Amino acid sequence: MINIKEYRCDFCTACVTVCPPDCIEVREASIEIDNEICIDCDLCIYVCPIEVLSSDEKKL
Amino acid sequence: MKKNYDIVVVGGGPGGSMAALHASKGGASVCLLEKTRDIGYPVRCGEAMGEHAIKQFFPPKSTWIAADIKRSRIVAPNGVAIDIPFKKEQAYVLNRRVFDYDLSLMASKEGASVFTKSYVKSIQKNHDSSYDVHLDFLGEHKVITTKIIIGADGIESRVGRWAGIKTQVNMRDMESCIQYSVGNIEIDANRIDMYVGDNWAPGGYLWVFPKGDGTANIGLGIGAKYNKKKSAKKYLDEFIDKKYPNATIHTTMCGGVPCSKPMSKPISNNIMLVGDAAHFINPITGGGIAAAMKSGMFAGQVASESIIAKDYSELFLNKYINLCKKDFTNRHEKIYKVKETIQKLTDEEMSQMAIKINKLPTHKITLSRVFATAIMKKPSLIIDVMKMFAGF
Repeated sequence: MINIKEYRCDFCTACVTVCPPDCIEVREASIEIDNEICIDCDLCIYVCPIEVLSSDEKKL
Repeated sequence: MKKNYDIVVVGGGPGGSMAALHASKGGASVCLLEKTRDIGYPVRCGEAMGEHAIKQFFPPKSTWIAADIKRSRIVAPNGVAIDIPFKKEQAYVLNRRVFDYDLSLMASKEGASVFTKSYVKSIQKNHDSSYDVHLDFLGEHKVITTKIIIGADGIESRVGRWAGIKTQVNMRDMESCIQYSVGNIEIDANRIDMYVGDNWAPGGYLWVFPKGDGTANIGLGIGAKYNKKKSAKKYLDEFIDKKYPNATIHTTMCGGVPCSKPMSKPISNNIMLVGDAAHFINPITGGGIAAAMKSGMFAGQVASESIIAKDYSELFLNKYINLCKKDFTNRHEKIYKVKETIQKLTDEEMSQMAIKINKLPTHKITLSRVFATAIMKKPSLIIDVMKMFAGF
């Protein structure tokens, strides 16, 4: 499960580019992750230049 | 918005506009779809472009140019600065907002229909070898039937994914980028600065591109694997605090840049990808405006020819790949090899090199010499590099 800080997001689509199952949809000013398809690989977290995304495990 | 167009171009950046322009010029009916409300905004680009790169398409308009660049400076990890004057040609820092907007106007003057706030949701192949493009236009579902789709939809190219083209970028080649448009700084208005080394931008570089009147684009790209430990934003904030503490930040923009090899087959039946969507990006500089425009132009030309020939097959569209190869993709392949060598250099090696290069008389310092020195460990590459940077 990926958490999104949407107010931080620039909608640049860097995350979309690296997502293996293609579960992220970014529009002009919105970002959505389909958690049903997400494989929790965290690549989107690694690539995001401004720390928009985080995974549940990091919260624990 | 009509229900049928010969060609649909997805994305209104320089690649998309050039594709629309040249497809229209070739006599096809063309529709250009941009997902945002503004063509040219948000800008996700350092905005630098070589003089020849732009003049091969159009004489540059004064409104496109924010700064004339006459020299560059590379700062090594030890702080040693190498100053490189441009000899044969200068460069520009553009106002992409104005530039992109004007390119789309040029496309519309050739007859292309341009729509903003048009978000393509999916594409669907029909039995008669046409495609249906499903889009959300101002909140309404629309369907356009077309013969050719040109995906100019950026690094994430959804058009490419839908067409079954592998668009995903290997993390190894992915750069995490962030840039601020800053004001209130004192800099040389005609010089671009690039900082290298793990301190400023591990696995990438940091740039300061002046935009006139005490403003600049200051940004960096770092290898995505480094971004995991410390984000690109943190690196940039540290640099600004240290070098330009009085800078005011007027725009923040992010992006991913695939500094990979160019896509070997950015086509499929009825589909062509251009620019960033096809990973047509200089793997060392991360620059992509010229390659986007060139590939857009070629794709537009080939698309209009395919409409006349009534042949939308991959076999016909292959002509597009060959045009790109001759023009820049072969070169990008070589640059990628050089990148792989340069990436292996340690901070210490780069610093030593900077000292060595600075001992040369000023008139002998050229960008090609800098890179040649950088790859001395693998001399066979030197010739390629010299050719590559012969323009400078």
